[in-house]
Amino acid sequence: MNADVIEAGAQPRAATVGLRALTVDVGPPHARVSALRDVDLDVPAGQFLCVLGPSGCGKSTLLAAIAGHVAAAHGQIEVDGLRVDRPHPERGLVFQQHTLFPWKRVVDNVAFGLKMKGIDVAARRAQASELLELVGLRGYGSHYPAHLSGGMLQRVEIARVLINRPRVLLMDEPFAALDAQTRRNMQTLLLDIWSKVQTTVVFVTHDIDEALFLGERIVMLSRQPARILADLEVPFARPRTDESTLDPAFIAMKRQCLALLRDAA
Amino acid sequence: MAVTLDLAKPRTHEVPKRASTARSGQNATILRRRSLQIASIALCIGVWQLLVHARLSLGIITFANVPAPVDVAHALWGLLHSPKLPMHLAASLWRVLSGFCAAAVTGVALGLAIGRHRLLEDTILPPLEALRPIPAVAWIPLAILMFPSSELSMVFITFIGALFPILLNTVHGVEAIDPRLVATARGLGTGPLALYADVILPGAAPAIFTGLSIGMGTAWFCLITAEMIAGQYGIGYFTWESYTLQNYADIVVGMALIGMLGMGSSLLIKRIGLALTPWYRLRGEKR
Repeated sequence: MNADVIEAGAQPRAATVGLRALTVDVGPPHARVSALRDVDLDVPAGQFLCVLGPSGCGKSTLLAAIAGHVAAAHGQIEVDGLRVDRPHPERGLVFQQHTLFPWKRVVDNVAFGLKMKGIDVAARRAQASELLELVGLRGYGSHYPAHLSGGMLQRVEIARVLINRPRVLLMDEPFAALDAQTRRNMQTLLLDIWSKVQTTVVFVTHDIDEALFLGERIVMLSRQPARILADLEVPFARPRTDESTLDPAFIAMKRQCLALLRDAA
Repeated sequence: MAVTLDLAKPRTHEVPKRASTARSGQNATILRRRSLQIASIALCIGVWQLLVHARLSLGIITFANVPAPVDVAHALWGLLHSPKLPMHLAASLWRVLSGFCAAAVTGVALGLAIGRHRLLEDTILPPLEALRPIPAVAWIPLAILMFPSSELSMVFITFIGALFPILLNTVHGVEAIDPRLVATARGLGTGPLALYADVILPGAAPAIFTGLSIGMGTAWFCLITAEMIAGQYGIGYFTWESYTLQNYADIVVGMALIGMLGMGSSLLIKRIGLALTPWYRLRGEKR
């Protein structure tokens, strides 16, 4: 795979993410509840962090807050020591359901971030095509999103975020809607990209296998209002394959996570 | 431009081979349906000819004064060769175009603003909503009083008729845009102006074209009425004049012309809309 486009000199370094006594409230004004309460977390630059927790616990709110879409009620979020107060292209967010623009062809969806930076059409399409190749979608640039399958759409979504050379990649159950085979392919693809791109990843999931397969570290959240229940290192060697998921150490850790998740729910 | 053309190329390779075999069967079905549809129209014209020929009178309705299709065809032939037709057509087309274009610009611009901002929705929309239930035709007397030239008053009626469908469809289209798309665009570094150009306008485009198409229909409807009352020249005026001059065949010719012009212009808008939103048709194809 050709990753020249993102390994070029201009690639910025991965960023650290810090949550300082973060409390985030959600809901309508008359019924506000805390989705997160007093969360402290430090993510070193370049780390692949997975966030696990029972459904509805505020995992997505955590990502939306880091992305800058949701404001903190108390405390703050720092990326490389700078306070987050609005969305920024260097913090790329990928959702479970794709948010591609249906009226733009795939290549122009991917090139969108560059268009917003005022880069001319030929240059941005060239970069977008290289990224499409990186995510395994060479030749699909002229299609409209309506023509692609769910897995392909998520690949385009990832390429569109990557074109901004994000220093933090925020992923909100991005593969949850895919079938098992496609999901594993996408996970492998993501690890491959992460090894080539210098970026910190915060990956939210409710799937323990996925967290263990992908992450260097797992943070387990409690039920709402979410607090950090456990902070685990995932020591398995890379590259990880289907075989790794059958390793006794992997299964032991899965059992530990299951117990934690059961207690949390 | 060259890049755009390059992009379009690969799509031609994808047409599946089985399409050619399926297509001949489809063609036969389409042919049969078309001939049925044409036969139905021919039958209706035949019944019309018979009714007129028999001078049928049922008490509440009479065909005694209705021109026969043959007479109408003669009158149409005559009108096509008369210098009056281009004059009437030009007058009507100019009025419809100016009224419709003014309504399109106003309606889309206001709709985009109202759909995005609660404050504008609460300030601009209420007076417009109060005027909306008034049919454009009811404006005719006031319009004649308000505008010094009858020409302008007719354009105004057309404008009023076209404005509301365009405005309301645009507002609806803007409000129906997935907020996640807006959030995503912001996250990818989109400023307020680019948000309109790259997300709001294309997102609302299908609804806007629906509004434009409906607006074109109501524009013709209002114009014809206005012309019958206030006009000199124009297809509506021609139709009404034919009645007062007792050229009954010309009435039907005028009616047919009005129908064709209205249908043609609405169809044109739809075609333009489809050409500008090619992605919109795809959504149905996949499911």
